Amino acid sequence: MDRSGEFDISRRGVLISGAASVAVTVTPHVAAEPAPPPKEAAPPMHKVAFKVNGKPRELELDTRTTLLDALREHLHLTGTKKGCDHGQCGACTVIVDGRRINSCLTLAVMHEGDEITTIEGLGTPEKMHPMQVAFVKHDGYQCGYCTPGQICSAVAVLDEIRRGIPSHVSADINARPQMTTIEMRERMSGNICRCGAYSNIVEAMQEVAEAKA
Amino acid sequence: MKSFSYERARTPAEAAAIVARTPGARFIAGGTNLLDLMKLQIETPPHLVDVNGLQLDRIETTPEGGLRIGALVRNTDLAADKRVRKDYAVLSRALLAGASGQLRNKATTAGNLLQRTRCPYFYDTNQACNKRKPGSGCAAIGGVSRSLGVIGTSDACIATHPSDMAVAMRLLDAGVETVKADGATRTIPIADFHTLPGDTPHVENVLAPGELITAVTLPRPIGGRHFYHKVRDRASYAFALVSVAAVVQKDGSGRVALGGMAHKPWRIEAAEEQLPKGARRTNEVLLAGAQPTHDNAFKLTLAERTLDSVLAEARA
Repeated sequence: MDRSGEFDISRRGVLISGAASVAVTVTPHVAAEPAPPPKEAAPPMHKVAFKVNGKPRELELDTRTTLLDALREHLHLTGTKKGCDHGQCGACTVIVDGRRINSCLTLAVMHEGDEITTIEGLGTPEKMHPMQVAFVKHDGYQCGYCTPGQICSAVAVLDEIRRGIPSHVSADINARPQMTTIEMRERMSGNICRCGAYSNIVEAMQEVAEAKA
Repeated sequence: MKSFSYERARTPAEAAAIVARTPGARFIAGGTNLLDLMKLQIETPPHLVDVNGLQLDRIETTPEGGLRIGALVRNTDLAADKRVRKDYAVLSRALLAGASGQLRNKATTAGNLLQRTRCPYFYDTNQACNKRKPGSGCAAIGGVSRSLGVIGTSDACIATHPSDMAVAMRLLDAGVETVKADGATRTIPIADFHTLPGDTPHVENVLAPGELITAVTLPRPIGGRHFYHKVRDRASYAFALVSVAAVVQKDGSGRVALGGMAHKPWRIEAAEEQLPKGARRTNEVLLAGAQPTHDNAFKLTLAERTLDSVLAEARA
């Protein structure tokens, strides 16, 4: 990067000269020998190792890196999308150790040893996951931006119903939840589709649920 | 997000000691609330202590016939636990009424109790907020207050506690087990755990610096029919305007607690004597002294009607 024309003034230098006199701060420094480029305080880094789509990965990351940014920016798995980045839209949904989570609301360094599945790990264009096939068949999207999150969530939702996890709409909380449309709709409420493909998404889920039943 | 250093604690006491001696340090478990706030720089901890490895993720039966719920038990797992569904259904119902499936998979029992308010003025760093910046004022008072508190409020803060789970915990007389930096442990009754805003709305509970929640205990089951009716602007994935947690016995006696009304889950035991006489009489005691704003006075009516619907269902 060409740094010519920039003031090579360190924060420390400004503070020191500022303490002496405000009026003479700039001139002596500009006239002086070029100082080394300013050093920004390096953000704390941390190592983490986990598996993504079956493949072991090791990264050394700025601790602030969310799992979402680790997947997209460091591992270049851009299927997982960043929508709101605050856990409200569900576009970033991935499956970690068998459970769907918002990858934007978790730090990558907190996932030591975890097994992460993204949309790229569910299926490929040549060998699609049944849920991907059903989304195509039922037109479960328009723009497609929320789709990877919708599909990861949908796959996990069917698994949650099968495992007997109740929901807000389960009439009898002690009974096994049923594979109904109302159960699926409630459980998908953490995935927003601004194009409004909801009814087609539920149809796709219904088809996969019936095929597996 | 401000940068921070990160470490994984090996024992609960070690975690407590690190946070107690490191200014501004925070525990992180599910992270679903803390990271959201860190991205907005409402929370700016210079150091995070990850407590996820502390093996506080079991639900055990206690010798008294109750349950000890590990601090790290995820909301999904607590709601789905067969013992909870059978004997503490109001807790399952409250958990399932909150957040989304993705969030419940991450959010923890202790973290849920420690959730921060969703008051829009707390979230907007351009606004005055005594909770976010003590002494800066409260822009919510006189602002848009439809979702905010109606009782137990102060001139400094009218925020509500956002949790559904905590309302059920309050109803069930839960205990909050903790460990302090010196290794000392204690159990705080849930009734004493959350505080009212008063002049110090940035203080939300009675935990000492570094004190770590290790478990939440439930006394033995109390029977009865369990209800959690939550009224909100959407049918799913929204915070409560008003929620009613109740356990009603065959003779019409019972317990009731409200969410969405105050800085903490709202329960007044004396009001429960009125339950057999109906929602109006109960809420006259439960909400005596309420000071709603013009925007949120509807919550008083809504709370009565919601409790009325619960009592009607209990009689059916």
